[in-house]
Amino acid sequence: MKLNRREFVKWMAASTGAAAVAGCAGMGGSSAGRVVVIGGGYGGATAARYIRLWAPDVDVTLVERNDTFVSCPISNLVLGGNTQMSNITMGYGGLRARGVRVVRGEAVAVDAPAKQVRLADGSSLAYDRVIVSPGIDFIYDQIPGLKSAEAQNRVPHAWKAGPQTVTLRKQLEAMRDGGVFVFHVPMAPYRCPPGPYERVCQVADYLKRDKPRSKIIVLDSNPDIVSKKGLFLASWNGLYKGMIDYRPNSELADVDVKGMTVKLTFDSVKGDVLNVVPPHRAGDIAFKTGLITANQRWCGIDWTTCESVAVKGVHVLGDATLSAPAMPKSASMANQHGKICAASVIALLKGQPVHPEPVIMNTCYSFVDGRSAMHVTSVHTYDPAQKTLVPVKGAGGLSDKASELEGTYAWGWARNIWGDALG
Amino acid sequence: MCRRAVIGRWCAVFALAAGVAVPAMAQDSAYARNLASTCFTCHGTDGRSVGGVPPSLAGQDKNYLLQAMKDFKAGKRPATLMHQQAKGYTDQQLELIAGYFAGAKPGPAAAAPAAR
Repeated sequence: MKLNRREFVKWMAASTGAAAVAGCAGMGGSSAGRVVVIGGGYGGATAARYIRLWAPDVDVTLVERNDTFVSCPISNLVLGGNTQMSNITMGYGGLRARGVRVVRGEAVAVDAPAKQVRLADGSSLAYDRVIVSPGIDFIYDQIPGLKSAEAQNRVPHAWKAGPQTVTLRKQLEAMRDGGVFVFHVPMAPYRCPPGPYERVCQVADYLKRDKPRSKIIVLDSNPDIVSKKGLFLASWNGLYKGMIDYRPNSELADVDVKGMTVKLTFDSVKGDVLNVVPPHRAGDIAFKTGLITANQRWCGIDWTTCESVAVKGVHVLGDATLSAPAMPKSASMANQHGKICAASVIALLKGQPVHPEPVIMNTCYSFVDGRSAMHVTSVHTYDPAQKTLVPVKGAGGLSDKASELEGTYAWGWARNIWGDALG
Repeated sequence: MCRRAVIGRWCAVFALAAGVAVPAMAQDSAYARNLASTCFTCHGTDGRSVGGVPPSLAGQDKNYLLQAMKDFKAGKRPATLMHQQAKGYTDQQLELIAGYFAGAKPGPAAAAPAAR
């Protein structure tokens, strides 16, 4: 016997009496509450999915401007020619099948007093709780040469997986053997701490295979390699010996797009392909909603609920948050923020207590070539005294070395987090 | 314990349905669920792993899972990263996690759909 929801409610009423009808009414008609999620990346998609999984009587609407989800994790492998865009591009059909209303559109404002989200097409969505998961946007103000869309396409960031990933891959394919790839890394905090150094490995892997006389110059704003330093150096000084010129403390002044030159405070570096990742801040909608509380860039939240410390009833997830101590801006973290948020939003809508001490875990893999990867992991638990999530002492760590075994686990991680957010 | 976890969840459902305050047991089961969900990122939602790597945990024996996690934590069982992660949880939290996965229904994993 297969029951649809309405039939199930009737069956419940018949089997367990009137009390069950009251409790389950939301499954048929009126709901336990309306949640609007802005942004269908790792954080927003996970939160939307888990609210439906854990409380099917809550209405969930997800607002996302893109038709497909393109994963940033694994996207560096596209640059290395080690996978295809089609392998990191997925749809929102799984969320729809779970009863999430997916609206393709752009949220332009959150009217917190009126509890409404306004979309670019003029329509509005009413909510009881809103979850803002906008990811990052780039700060171009300090890079005059990259103001125009044309310049940004000529010197891509490729730090949001999508069209720019394809652009950068094509530029690398078109580069001559013996060419120079110049890559600029912004000052931390930025999305995916080991990501820039994985990108260096992936581009090196491609160049070594197809254009072995080419060179890579890494202009890092940071004073040193930010993540997995020893592991990356083992690969740069081993597999890719002689190919990579790493220059720390390389503060960006501007980019001369015509002259294909990256201008630093005290130096200029010319290249055949330039890849400049500008500094980050929380996505635009966070600014328009008044959620920015730190360094004019990030959204402070209460880590037990992911609720904004600035605007009540508004929850913020993922890379846009002011990171807790030693917490990376990563897909793993956004996925786990999504679960803290889902559990607390459900509890708040139903008048139940929120669990006061959440625990979350980060796992990030980086590929050094087409097959071998290494990890960094950490566990973060809520400390009521400090009122934030703090890393658990003695837990977490790194791989001893990159391996093919961990390469298989890295793909397993990817398939599972994709399913956990979108399946 | 597998049965107890399942019964616990149903008690919570009926308590809500009857409109009474959520009992402590339901609080524990929500906490176990939240803790276990930190493992879902790699092991799949409810421990049903897409492609089986890393392994599915849904429906496995509670004592087996708990012992494995305690062995990882003590460094007695070789691992790539489980020894580093298990150290992040108290024994009581590991017990709740093991109980959750033992009570989860094994079955096909929910993979992300291809783009339309």
